[in-house]
Amino acid sequence: MFESFFENKKSWLSSEGPDSDIVISTRIRLARNIEGYPFPNRATLAQKNQVFLKVGEAYPKIEHLDSAFFLPMESIDDLDRQFLLERHLISQEHMHYPRGKGLILSRSEVVSIMINEEDHLRMQVIVSGFDLVKAWRIINKIDDEISTYLLFSFSPEIGYLTSCPTNVGTGLRASCMLHLPALVMTKRVDKILELLAKLSFTTRGLFGEGTQALGNFFQISNQVSLGMSEEEIMDSLAGVVKQVKEQELNARENLLKRYLPTLEDSVWRAWGILKCCRLISTKEALSHLSMLRLGVDLGIIKEVGKDIINRFFIMIQPAHLQKIEGKVLKEEERDYIRAELIREKLS
Amino acid sequence: MLCDICHKKIATVHLTEIVEGKVMELHICQDCAKNKAEELKQQLNISDFLGGLTLEGEDNKSMSIKCSFCGTTFYDFKKKGRLGCAKCYTHFKSQLLPLIKKIHGSNEHKGKLPKKVEEKVIVDRNLKILKERLERAVKLEAYEDAAKLRDEIRELEKKVRKED
Repeated sequence: MFESFFENKKSWLSSEGPDSDIVISTRIRLARNIEGYPFPNRATLAQKNQVFLKVGEAYPKIEHLDSAFFLPMESIDDLDRQFLLERHLISQEHMHYPRGKGLILSRSEVVSIMINEEDHLRMQVIVSGFDLVKAWRIINKIDDEISTYLLFSFSPEIGYLTSCPTNVGTGLRASCMLHLPALVMTKRVDKILELLAKLSFTTRGLFGEGTQALGNFFQISNQVSLGMSEEEIMDSLAGVVKQVKEQELNARENLLKRYLPTLEDSVWRAWGILKCCRLISTKEALSHLSMLRLGVDLGIIKEVGKDIINRFFIMIQPAHLQKIEGKVLKEEERDYIRAELIREKLS
Repeated sequence: MLCDICHKKIATVHLTEIVEGKVMELHICQDCAKNKAEELKQQLNISDFLGGLTLEGEDNKSMSIKCSFCGTTFYDFKKKGRLGCAKCYTHFKSQLLPLIKKIHGSNEHKGKLPKKVEEKVIVDRNLKILKERLERAVKLEAYEDAAKLRDEIRELEKKVRKED
């Protein structure tokens, strides 16, 4: 399943969109629950199935979703679930316990709706580059349309009611994924993350909740979802992301001006390893790809395009490798295939 | 490289953590990694976090309050960090509102309204106005007006029922 996703040229990996040299992607999700049913953590399997069917009746009438995949999670095998996680289309929680859960996924991978995750609906839109306006336009329209068919749990005082009170109100979480190699190299990233936490923004790694900051990727998102309008939340996020982006640009300039030989050395060494390696782990590959990407951004390396490197960040992940190879691979086998794939694409 | 925790075995697991906004690198052996994984799991437990946020003056009485729709008690919520249904917000209102204020710094929704609710709010308001006018018309013995109003109300109520 999902083989066609390899051909998607316009997904969030495309390195298009505003400021995509630093801001890789923008994601917005809305948490919604359907009136009259307990939240998934309390619902029986039968109730979850009813929610699944109710959503199933509504989605085909909605623009962007008319030709979407609509699947019970149990019908998606382990490898494909991992594959969707690696492409940021489902969450860890949704992957691990598939019973009673469902998924709506647009063929373009822009829209995904997890059914019976923590809330009845977790609707997300993910686009390339720094583009909160575009992501909001799409998800707001879907939310409006779907809410004419489904009655959402809502209180005029505290807004959309969610399973966890940290999401109540707008139910909105907006996040931008930034590539910040120069801030990491110049050791300034700690200070910035500290500051973001003080301003009520959350920072996470490449794969969201509870993951490490691999490959110098950082996801910045809002913590507060109540007391501000959707626009205000997005404006404040846009403000801090812009600041961090400027800081990264400054750090890059500083590296170019004052540490050019060191910088060039790091970039070309990464290139050398990636072009010659025979065994490479995901973690090691990500760190070299990060340097390579920096080298391309700064014009040090011209032999390879940004979109190819962006795709690499995901292609080298375990489930992607196994789907490309069409079989289950052990860790050592993956390290070998990963090295081979990278060498091939870079030559 | 030796393990950062036990300093005995070779470090084969390399962790990058963000702790309170600081990036920490940790190189550890398999055994310590297992322990660390458990620890991380506990750190990420949202209910602890929410539990820490709930309020002083909570007594056994408030812990045993139960949602009549889904059966979740306030104690369940404190333990799991998750509410059982939308009605829990009503049943635990006096406990939840201060907590929500602590999390978000506000208790007031300023975002969008769901389309259905929006319509419902408007229809409810119209129905109320019509019913008041009907009452007034009956009092004034303006039966022609009253009949008209009664028809309008019926029409509107029929529409609402159909949508439900």
